[in-house]
Amino acid sequence: MKMRAYAAVVAALLLLSACASAPGRADDPLEPMNRAMYAINKPIDDHVMRPIAQAYVDYVPRLVRLGVSNVFGNIDDLFSGINGLLQGKTEKAGNDFGRVLVNSWGLFGLVDIASDLGIPKGNEDFGQTFGYWGIPQGPYLFVPLWGPTTVRDGTGSLIRIWYGPVGYIPNVALRNIIYGIGSVDLRANALGATSMIDEAALDPYTFVRRAYLQRRQYLVYDGNPPPEKDD
Amino acid sequence: MTFSISLRFAAALILAAVALPAMAQEAPDALVKRTSGEVLQVVRTDPKVAAGDKQRIREVIETMLLPNFDFEKMTALAMGRNWNKATPEQQKALIEQFRTLLVRTYSGALSQYKDQTIDFKPMRADPAATDVVVRSEVVRPGQAPVQIDYGMTKTANGWKAYDVIVGGVSLVTNYRDEFNEQIKGGGVDGLIQTLRDKNKGVSSKS
Repeated sequence: MKMRAYAAVVAALLLLSACASAPGRADDPLEPMNRAMYAINKPIDDHVMRPIAQAYVDYVPRLVRLGVSNVFGNIDDLFSGINGLLQGKTEKAGNDFGRVLVNSWGLFGLVDIASDLGIPKGNEDFGQTFGYWGIPQGPYLFVPLWGPTTVRDGTGSLIRIWYGPVGYIPNVALRNIIYGIGSVDLRANALGATSMIDEAALDPYTFVRRAYLQRRQYLVYDGNPPPEKDD
Repeated sequence: MTFSISLRFAAALILAAVALPAMAQEAPDALVKRTSGEVLQVVRTDPKVAAGDKQRIREVIETMLLPNFDFEKMTALAMGRNWNKATPEQQKALIEQFRTLLVRTYSGALSQYKDQTIDFKPMRADPAATDVVVRSEVVRPGQAPVQIDYGMTKTANGWKAYDVIVGGVSLVTNYRDEFNEQIKGGGVDGLIQTLRDKNKGVSSKS
């Protein structure tokens, strides 16, 4: 998968959507377009992404999968540290950079030694940094092959992909293989959540949207979001 | 003989009378901790649960989890301002269908908790409070911990949970959007019908 090319398309989409204004829900003014994207994504996920992720879980030993998650998690920790700094959360950033140092030492992050040492894993990202500095989330977006996001969080993800270390790997084939493994790892880790959504949701589109927006609000406020209005 | 039986019966009654209020007084955080510990124990050790025996899983949920939930409050909160527009019969149907939906959802998710451990955070609550949040943290190998909070209310039968907030995602808030949307489309009866269809669909699949 050409991650950067896809990222560019998504960037164009983000720009377009940021300019467009349509009546509707305040947090999802682009609902008709998003629902169309959701409908495009559903069969791709059902027939390609989900079965691949399930096969990965069924046939690849747990320790190998854990190692893969740890390697990508190590990169996440690096960006979590950067974003912790950008929000002035020095202690959290220190933990994240400490984790990267400990885990990268020797095994390229295959083993999460830092967790065993009790250094807590952070989860800061660029979207949260924007939120921290008061940038509104903007319209909700559903992007095929990517999932739920907002203009703010999507922009953050693009920065993350653009500057991620994988992008600097000169061998295109190897780079794309790593992006592919990363996508499968992400999808596999979400299998439990998506099968739960299938059982729980009356309308999966609405369910995913509310869950995503709640989750992001919670993360931006580090677990103490202001109470939602009760309506 | 009869005397001895009735004596024992009387003793049991007295015991129950003493023990029941004591159980009803169980602090909300102690209740959540005990319940999740007991359920986790079953998930880890019961071979039928491990094998995915749907009936046994449902039984575990019905007997161990559900008695600790206040489904009426949960449904009312998920309905929001639409709750008072529903007739008592509609409210009854909503509570029943919502309960069934949650049992089915939990049934599917239960086996996922096998490898997890749960830490509880000390609760700082006013002893006179009737509404508290119990905070816990689920630790999974290799992943960031997930906070699971329980909104609890004090009832005549002890503390009951009315909301579960997983990683910041409140179940009640999530369903409020869903319910609102269904009610906008087909009224309260439309929502009840959607819930019924959903529960039938999931049950035929399982």
